[in-house]
Amino acid sequence: MSSEIIHSEIKNKLLDLYQNNHEVLKNGSPDYINKIREKAIERFRELGLPDKKNENYKYTDLKKEFDNGYKTYLSPKNIKFDMKEIFSCDVPDLNTKVILLLNGWYYDRENLLTELPGGAIIGSFQKASEIYPELVKKHFAQYADIENEGSVALNTAFVKDGIFLFVPKGVIIEKPIQIINVLMDEEEGFTQHRNLYILEENSQASIVVCDHTLSASNFLTNSVAEFYVGQNAHLDYSRIQNEHNGSKQISHLFFHQERDSNVTANTISLHGGLIRNNISVHLDGEGCENNTYGLYLTDKGQHIDNHVFIDHAKPHCISNQLFKGVLDDFATGAFNGKILVRRDAQKTQAYQANNNILLTDDADIKTRPQLEIYADDVKCSHGATVGQLDENALFYMRARGINKKEAKLLLMYAFAHEIIQKIKVPALKDRITDLVEKRLRGELSRCNFCQMHCCNS
Amino acid sequence: MEKDQDKILNEVTRSEYKYGFVTNIENESFAKGLSEDVVRLISQKKNEPEFMLEFRLKAFRYWQKMKMPKWAHLQIPEINYQDIIYYSAPKQKASGPKSIDDIDPELKATFDKLGISLDEQKRLSGVAVDAVIDSISVKTTFKETLAELGIIFCSFSEAVQEHPDLVKKYMGSVVPYTDNFFAALNSAVFSDGSFCYIPKGVRCPMELSTYFRINAANTGQFERTLIVAEDDASVSYLEGCTAPMRDENQLHAAIVEIIANNNAYVKYSTVQNWYPGDKNGKGGIYNFVTKRGKCAGENSKISWTQVETGSAVTWKYPSCILLGDNSVGEFYSVAVTNNYQQADTGTKMIHIGKNTKSTIVSKGISAGFSNNSYRGLVKVTKNAINSRNFSQCDSLLLGDKCGAHTFPYIEVDNKDSIVEHEATTSKIGEDQIFYCNQRGIKTEDAIGLIVNGYAKEVLNKLPMEFAVEAQKLLQISLEGSVG
Repeated sequence: MSSEIIHSEIKNKLLDLYQNNHEVLKNGSPDYINKIREKAIERFRELGLPDKKNENYKYTDLKKEFDNGYKTYLSPKNIKFDMKEIFSCDVPDLNTKVILLLNGWYYDRENLLTELPGGAIIGSFQKASEIYPELVKKHFAQYADIENEGSVALNTAFVKDGIFLFVPKGVIIEKPIQIINVLMDEEEGFTQHRNLYILEENSQASIVVCDHTLSASNFLTNSVAEFYVGQNAHLDYSRIQNEHNGSKQISHLFFHQERDSNVTANTISLHGGLIRNNISVHLDGEGCENNTYGLYLTDKGQHIDNHVFIDHAKPHCISNQLFKGVLDDFATGAFNGKILVRRDAQKTQAYQANNNILLTDDADIKTRPQLEIYADDVKCSHGATVGQLDENALFYMRARGINKKEAKLLLMYAFAHEIIQKIKVPALKDRITDLVEKRLRGELSRCNFCQMHCCNS
Repeated sequence: MEKDQDKILNEVTRSEYKYGFVTNIENESFAKGLSEDVVRLISQKKNEPEFMLEFRLKAFRYWQKMKMPKWAHLQIPEINYQDIIYYSAPKQKASGPKSIDDIDPELKATFDKLGISLDEQKRLSGVAVDAVIDSISVKTTFKETLAELGIIFCSFSEAVQEHPDLVKKYMGSVVPYTDNFFAALNSAVFSDGSFCYIPKGVRCPMELSTYFRINAANTGQFERTLIVAEDDASVSYLEGCTAPMRDENQLHAAIVEIIANNNAYVKYSTVQNWYPGDKNGKGGIYNFVTKRGKCAGENSKISWTQVETGSAVTWKYPSCILLGDNSVGEFYSVAVTNNYQQADTGTKMIHIGKNTKSTIVSKGISAGFSNNSYRGLVKVTKNAINSRNFSQCDSLLLGDKCGAHTFPYIEVDNKDSIVEHEATTSKIGEDQIFYCNQRGIKTEDAIGLIVNGYAKEVLNKLPMEFAVEAQKLLQISLEGSVG
């Protein structure tokens, strides 16, 4: 009983927060967004935040994470950066423009929207909802599951800013776009950014997202991103989660794929106190391909929970899921992958695998690979393993003069490599290779010298 | 070819449930409904000692506070627990049957018709049977022969009267009444079942078996089986079930508890063939069973094998608690669903002792409009170092209106254990059927062949007598039902 009371208190606190800032939230947002906002808060009132009684949150109790006095960012804060000095650690050879999100707000307040070659637009979500109402209206809150996910409803109720990307029909953006989510404040902060990515027919884009913390205070992020991938469009999405261990991150990605589209999403989780990734893919046309990969390297008291849902709604689609993790110290992890093949989705191919290595007795992992299949002409498989490094391989290397520590590192690195090699952007691949190696060695990364300390736990 | 297959499908689905007859025997039943009085009455009827009544009442009070679980992937209409008869027994002479001649000839004929002989002398194969009809056990065969070895094999009621110490010690030790909704219900109202005790160092020379039969209308069957294998003992136990065809659904909620001490081995096989309902999904048995074994001693082993072809709804998770070091748990299952049947079945393997091993092989086959789910948990606790699990859960879909689902849970808490899970879902390949056709095998036979081959890994684990029956059952349940 008492826990229920605490939970309803947390819910009420958030509802109060909404009520008290009602005007601030509504100001600057167009009517159609405010309408959805009201609907979302009502839904949140009914749903509340998920706790362990919710089967999807069995291993991660979200409710208690929201029980804090963190301040929220309802308007942009002006902190001066010298971009050049700070970003000596960004990935070389990417698109010249680095997009920065500070505490959930688009950083460059002078240029809220930037036009890229070919007519593509990248910039602040808030500004875009004002300037391109038709475009945003068509896609905003269409793919995110407000009905069933309390935290998505909450994010939608508090929607202000985030990233907006629009790639028109037939436009190919050659160089990857790098987006950096920065959390920086003297006080503890709670951010909820909302992102919308629209790729029209035959377009192509590659996005690299990095999550960083710049100050030592604790943070909570509850973010939602919606992706509309049009017919025959290609999206390559990579994400590097590298926040310090005092941060908690709940992230929802919703991919909506049209016919013959192709999406690859890579999530590399290096650091972060609590990470809950919800990736939901809706294959809404024939011939879609979706690849969802993840790598998580956790130690100390970190907790990571990857939750993937692939909805095969139409026939002839292919989906691949591969998640691999190494858990050290007393880190805990969970994986939940679900493939749903609907009645009409014949000729589906869906594969799912989750491999884990536990390095200590205090680390633990819970994995739930699930299949729910209603069509008969399908090829679906799933697998999950939990184990240790191969003793024979270790012996082989030690017999050849490689010391135990090094041999172990090599094996762990080889284990992680399967995910890293799936990263398509060469420059990024090199950088992640380096990061992962340093991460496994427990050393600080090479960009330690920069002020961002992004790789420093 | 498509048309042919549809025709075959129609023929097969029309085929009658073989065991759907009703026997006219005089019944003694309670009125419908469940209350504390009914629980007391059952206990009184069975002349039970005080501790049993207390146990029942505690369970009943606990059950009243519970709600029916909703987590399973099953569509079950609301069950009215007041609309069920909780005790129904064929009328018998006052002291119960002493010899075969005392049994109602109608009753004997029933079991003969089911292929279960209660007549020891005429029985060729060495299987001892405890026959349970509705709420009570009518006859246990070979009791005396087994008693010479010190084996106790009798009905649960008899055990309560004659071996209350054993019952008191072990009942509820593996499945407490607080375990789940149906376990609590069963603990309150269970009427009979089998009790089996294998003393230290004894290998049971014959297969022991219980045959459950629901006969009376509107009744629920609630039986309880308790098997205790002492140090170095071993036993193989079989269970079979059938019920008449009726339009209304009947409830069956059972508990099976197994305790295996040091070096003991218990093998439990089930061929579950309750009435599955007609081809429109009308009628059938709701089968909610809690089966659990405890490998309490070192080097003990419990093996579950099940062939699930019947029941409108199956909710069943035979589990192993691997408490003793080096203990082994096994689970082999074939679950077949056709028409509107629903099955949510699987296992739990809880590794607690060191060097414990478990194997799970589950084969699901769904046809018609049915839904078949595997749900399982493999949990390796921190102390269970060097534990090993291998799970394989395959699903075969015959037809495009059915569903096959897999919900495994894997929780590992230490670094020295290896857990593997793999699962596939597919249909019978056209090339496989073509290959058979080419060699003069009819499509219908080819499917039977392929399905049997698919399930072979599990069927092989069944004792001889059952394997043959199970194979036939599989053929009848499925033959040609490819869409």
